[in-house]
Amino acid sequence: MNIFVCVKQVMARDSVLRPNETGTWAVDDGVSFEMNEPDTFALEEALRLKERHGGEVVAITAGPARSASTLREALAKGADRAIHVEGNRYVESDAYATAQALAAAIRREPHDLVLTGLQSDDAGFGQTGVILAELLELPHATIIMEIDASGGQLRCKRELEAGWFQTITLPRPALLTIQSGINKVRYATLMGIKRARRKPFRRYSPDELGIGEPVHQRVRSLYQPRQSKQTEFLEGSSQEVAAKLLNKLRFEARVL
Amino acid sequence: MSVLVVTEQAGGKWHRMSFECLAAGQAAAGAMGCPLAALVAGSGVGDLAADLSAKQVSEVIALDDPVLGTYSPDGFAEALRQAVEQIQPRLVLFPHTYQVRDLAPKLAASLGRAFVSDAVGIRFERDGPVFVRQLFQGKLHGDVVVDGPPPYFASVQSGAFRADSVVDGEAPASVRFLDLALAPSMVRTSSEPPFQDAKDAVDLGSADIIVSVGRGIQDPANIPQAQALATALGGELAASRPICDNGWLPLDRQIGSSGQTVSPNLYLALGISGAIQHVVGMKGAKTIVAVNKDRGAPIFEIADYGVVADLFEIVPALVKARGEVE
Repeated sequence: MNIFVCVKQVMARDSVLRPNETGTWAVDDGVSFEMNEPDTFALEEALRLKERHGGEVVAITAGPARSASTLREALAKGADRAIHVEGNRYVESDAYATAQALAAAIRREPHDLVLTGLQSDDAGFGQTGVILAELLELPHATIIMEIDASGGQLRCKRELEAGWFQTITLPRPALLTIQSGINKVRYATLMGIKRARRKPFRRYSPDELGIGEPVHQRVRSLYQPRQSKQTEFLEGSSQEVAAKLLNKLRFEARVL
Repeated sequence: MSVLVVTEQAGGKWHRMSFECLAAGQAAAGAMGCPLAALVAGSGVGDLAADLSAKQVSEVIALDDPVLGTYSPDGFAEALRQAVEQIQPRLVLFPHTYQVRDLAPKLAASLGRAFVSDAVGIRFERDGPVFVRQLFQGKLHGDVVVDGPPPYFASVQSGAFRADSVVDGEAPASVRFLDLALAPSMVRTSSEPPFQDAKDAVDLGSADIIVSVGRGIQDPANIPQAQALATALGGELAASRPICDNGWLPLDRQIGSSGQTVSPNLYLALGISGAIQHVVGMKGAKTIVAVNKDRGAPIFEIADYGVVADLFEIVPALVKARGEVE
């Protein structure tokens, strides 16, 4: 199976963020970057499918130069090769522009299965996979918990809302978005990191792929959330805070 | 030019967020000074269309076809694409459900348009709508605009609009059944009936007090500390998604968009950052207490009482103080 797994590099989860001067994105000076956590589960699923059924795992991203390190991480964990559609425009791009870049590169190669994470931890559109399926004219299913690729078709367990699930069957090739937490992701080994240096790494510019610059939706201003409630912060030693809180819950909020 | 609200149903039963979205649509149509159409899609949706026609809408659009009997992204996206081309709305609103996440990006992309997902608010300016979205896991909010011509596609977050604010109509609105060109062969996927893994053992929905843990609990060995507090307060223990994903607590104790939605009297969030997916499941709580080391955690935006501290110091102190009060 030729499996493509789409990954994104995002600011680390615990980053303290503030809007940049133009108010279109967060300041990323001094921030560390990591693989978007939902994508780590998609990568792990791709590696497991390859181990079970053979074939090749290609990690792909659309992002600025720094996102090459996230592709190296995917290679170190076991992906066979990497494709980087490189451009600063993909820092703030919307899901359509990202999907367009991924589609342009994937379209050039045989693909049986394309996997993405559920959503990104930065922009959080939760759309790139579905748009990518539409652009590649593939059937898709979202929020997938299990994949059975043993037959000619794909039988998948899809999560619905409020604890419900369903089994969905798709022909190949297809695109699946992977629910977070469905597997235990592996760490890169020292050997893996070494091997990654020699694995094929293809870099494309958007021009090479004939991609225009679509602007569909954009952030016009970014700001700290407005408090929807007046939060009363309790301070003091743990004992003092505990006593104050219980007192407030009993006599002010009247919920104890 | 109109506002089109796409409702959601399954097996003839409404998704509760359909009417929140209708409330958003009524507000949008009022602000834009244009007609409002409410759409229902499925097979045999006459009764549901009648429900909608009792609301204050200009008309009800019914997409009624055997191909739409069960949800499929191919069938529903194609039916809605045909509907949008016939109706030519300016703004198309969806409730931000799992089904919409599966469907709306495909629909919008097939028309070469953007889909603004999970909006928590909509404003109307001369140039068009401005959508408020949460970014970076809710740490920052953004005003989002869409370039290019209408229609604009957006979904509204659970709880962003109130279903009980939907206005009834003075007289029943007319129902229009659209002619659609659909064939079963257009649908490439097949789905089996929904199932549940395990019957919910705990009904968190009826709990008055919930103590909930997030990533800040760090290790499964620390769960008993939170359980002790829940017991001391006479409440139930719950968790955010990562905790249940790790198997530290069973899935039926998960609060959030993929778990249960609760509105207890007291919700005590321990080491929960307040990502959108969690907050939609608990923001209806009467009183919210947040304990988190990070003063910038979004959970504090919705908390009534906040404690910026290490939960491993506060929790035992609370258990002890509670014991002394009793």
